[in-house]
Amino acid sequence: MAARNGLMIDYDFCTGCNSCVVACKQEHSYPVGKGGINLVEIMTPLPDDRIRIDYIPFTTAYCDLCYTRTTRGEQPACVKHCQAACMYFGTLPELAAKMEAKPHCVLFTPR
Amino acid sequence: MQVDENTKVYKMGAWSPGPGCHGGCGVEISVKDGKFVKIEGDVDHPYHEGRLCPRALALGQYINHPDRLRWPLKRVGERGSGKWARISWDEALDTCESKLRDIRDKYGAESMVFGQGTGRDSGGPILFLAYAYGSPNWTLFGLSGIACFTPRLAACFQVMGDMTFPDAAQFFPERYDDPDWKCPEVIVSWARNLQGSQCADHYFSGHYVTDMMKRGAKLIVVDPVNGWEASRAELWLRIRPGADGALALGMIKVIIEENLYNKEFVDKWTFGFDKLKAHVASMTLDEIEQITWVPKEKIILAARMYAKAKPASMRFGQPLDSNAEAVATIHGLASLWALTGNIDNPGGNIITRPPKGVTLYPYSTEEVIQLYGQEFVNKMNLKRIGADQYPLVKNFRSWAMSDDVLKQMETGTPYPVKGLWCQTNNFIAGTAQDPKRHWEAVRKLEFNVVVDTFMTPTAQLIADIVLPAAALSEKDSVFTTGVPCNPIYKVATVDEARPDWEINFELAKRLNPQAVPWANVRGLFDQRLAVIGKTFETLIDSGYVMAPKGDATTPYNRHEKGLLRPDGQPGFRTPSGKFEFYSQKFEEYGLNPLPYHEEPIESPFKTPEIYKDYPLIMMTGRRVGVMFHSEHRQIPWLRELNPHPSIDLHPDTAKEYGIKDGDWVLIEGTMGKAKRRAKITPIMHPKIVMAQHGWWIPEATYNGDGNPYKVWDINVNQLIPMGHNSKSGFGGAFTKTMLCRISKVKEGEEVNYGS
Ligand code: SF4
Ligand code: SF4
Repeated sequence: MAARNGLMIDYDFCTGCNSCVVACKQEHSYPVGKGGINLVEIMTPLPDDRIRIDYIPFTTAYCDLCYTRTTRGEQPACVKHCQAACMYFGTLPELAAKMEAKPHCVLFTPR
Repeated sequence: MQVDENTKVYKMGAWSPGPGCHGGCGVEISVKDGKFVKIEGDVDHPYHEGRLCPRALALGQYINHPDRLRWPLKRVGERGSGKWARISWDEALDTCESKLRDIRDKYGAESMVFGQGTGRDSGGPILFLAYAYGSPNWTLFGLSGIACFTPRLAACFQVMGDMTFPDAAQFFPERYDDPDWKCPEVIVSWARNLQGSQCADHYFSGHYVTDMMKRGAKLIVVDPVNGWEASRAELWLRIRPGADGALALGMIKVIIEENLYNKEFVDKWTFGFDKLKAHVASMTLDEIEQITWVPKEKIILAARMYAKAKPASMRFGQPLDSNAEAVATIHGLASLWALTGNIDNPGGNIITRPPKGVTLYPYSTEEVIQLYGQEFVNKMNLKRIGADQYPLVKNFRSWAMSDDVLKQMETGTPYPVKGLWCQTNNFIAGTAQDPKRHWEAVRKLEFNVVVDTFMTPTAQLIADIVLPAAALSEKDSVFTTGVPCNPIYKVATVDEARPDWEINFELAKRLNPQAVPWANVRGLFDQRLAVIGKTFETLIDSGYVMAPKGDATTPYNRHEKGLLRPDGQPGFRTPSGKFEFYSQKFEEYGLNPLPYHEEPIESPFKTPEIYKDYPLIMMTGRRVGVMFHSEHRQIPWLRELNPHPSIDLHPDTAKEYGIKDGDWVLIEGTMGKAKRRAKITPIMHPKIVMAQHGWWIPEATYNGDGNPYKVWDINVNQLIPMGHNSKSGFGGAFTKTMLCRISKVKEGEEVNYGS
């Protein structure tokens, strides 16, 4: 059986730009209120009165991993347009290997 | 490229209208049967390598929006009554031509003001029309002190003869893989918010910062707000808004007094070092700490970190343009680059000129002269509003001074203003400070035209004729205000919307055929593109153009090679041929030759009595990435991501005033008030509140009551005055520093988004 695909996000660099969110909507013509990916904002207090902001783009039930695009050999719409270039598409083993080298990542495996 | 039988994909540059940006990216636009279907980033284009912002990705909703202006309109009721009738382009242009001729015959061409907003792809055609018509009064209408980019340009051109941006290898097709490029060890992000200005801005895109962070660059962030960059910074200086000039002096002081400056560069390439040294010796870091709210230990750390990094670059943003003496502040920042030798070096601040000097939209005096000739520019200066008042304004870039334009509309002296050509400038909702004063002045003029893509509050209140502008994919143009030079061309149409260039070209031809010798707009482009060896057609074929290495418009170290000065000598384009810490141009113009700090018109230090009653500092104008200035409020995918005209409050501030998230808040200042919806967030400083700019509610129906789309309920620029611009003319819009107080709006007085 072929390895499953997934999306990996190196959220050290995600700036919350929302390109992934809108790229997904354009790709699938999703209306307002519906989309394959949403941004979650997490604020963590740091010493010295500072807040660390993390954005985690979170895939939803409407993410099909851009089946049509990826079977044509293209990158998913969100991955291609991500302004921080911090999203990766690939098989789970590939993505897991990439994650090893990075401090803060998440992996999504929508089916 | 042909995708299927009916769908074709076209590669071109992106630029407003549509994405709402200062241009740069390469995109692929799919078109079916003459209609736009899709936009994607172009992976083969070096600017953003396929990446694209949310505004561009929502272009389909912009282009096909039911509220797009689709044909010319004329006013059929009183001004501001909201009553319009569709007319033909012939009638619209005939009316514009005859009214403009009347004004020119009766009062002189200078009585017509040609106002742009932030410009972008309408700046070039507006200047073109103004000069063909014969009016010197091309301006950024409404923005006090023209406090966006121009103060930065003006300051840099005086002290070093050119503008700079941080080096992100943007001048090379291979980008970061170019062997001559070096990744900066440190990037200073000063008054620059990556999350908001996340993408294309002339020679730099916000995410070049993340690109370079990945390659090892560390950040120093100067920002009152704990934004994303501050949260990732090695060092974050939480500055008081408006105190940037003082912080720059503090860093200069540390770098000089700790001997951290680049002696070789300073000896060889700078002028006035001893004067700068004596100047900063006269102030203490304790004083600077008090003014800036930045602990002196952090000022010292930042100065050391910046000076010791080899190389280091600095990004800086619009808040500096609204400093009380903006040009002096920016002189301070530029002095930091020069002290550390970070000018035109790999990984430093590189000098930015359009490829081979190609221009359709001039950003400097040199470029205006290149297009129109010295003699014509001299003639224009005689009547240009503000040119006699402000030597810097007279000698830089040919703008009419915005504050003085307003005054002259009101007073009629030294000559009357009779009409406003207002193209892609929604000054009632966004651009103007004291927008009601602008409304009062403009509504009394004889003839006003608004050119835009949507019916805005500005068009509703002031226009006699409204002309529908075409968006990206519906227009021919050339992007020349950055790198690379990109073609933009028409592949689709939306009813009768016409490109800004086409509208202005046609009208200019009617008003002064001699000034428009070309058969069509493409003919004009061909002539302007000759310097890069292209025609419009061949530019489309090549996709984009960069100048080769060794050209005067490509880095590095051009001051050493004699590539910057018109006389071909090594050095910079300044009187001394060097970077001037002590600016001889400023001296000549009666300005302080050294960088200095000036307090905002209202501040805890300048007006302590006002501060007692208005104990908060209001910032506005900070970008949100999903909207550009007053645009995109009607684009569903974007509005969903930023639904409310908000005011950001620290939780402690909210608690103190009894405000909960989502409550409506009344913001009051010494000169006006507005309502906003509270957003409570720990990224704010408890003494500072932040209101988004440019808001109006497009979905609210307008009934002719003079308050289109709720603009007077929510426009926070009503708290900011006109007429307090910097001494130089450029700068001093106080968009970040007005004092205010807040309270919860009484029940029943909230702003609803309906009619
Ligand atoms: S992979 Fe495709 S479907 Fe999934 S979030 Fe990204 S753009 Fe949407
Ligand atoms: S496009 Fe990339 S950087 Fe932007 S929000 Fe999505 S994951 Fe983050």
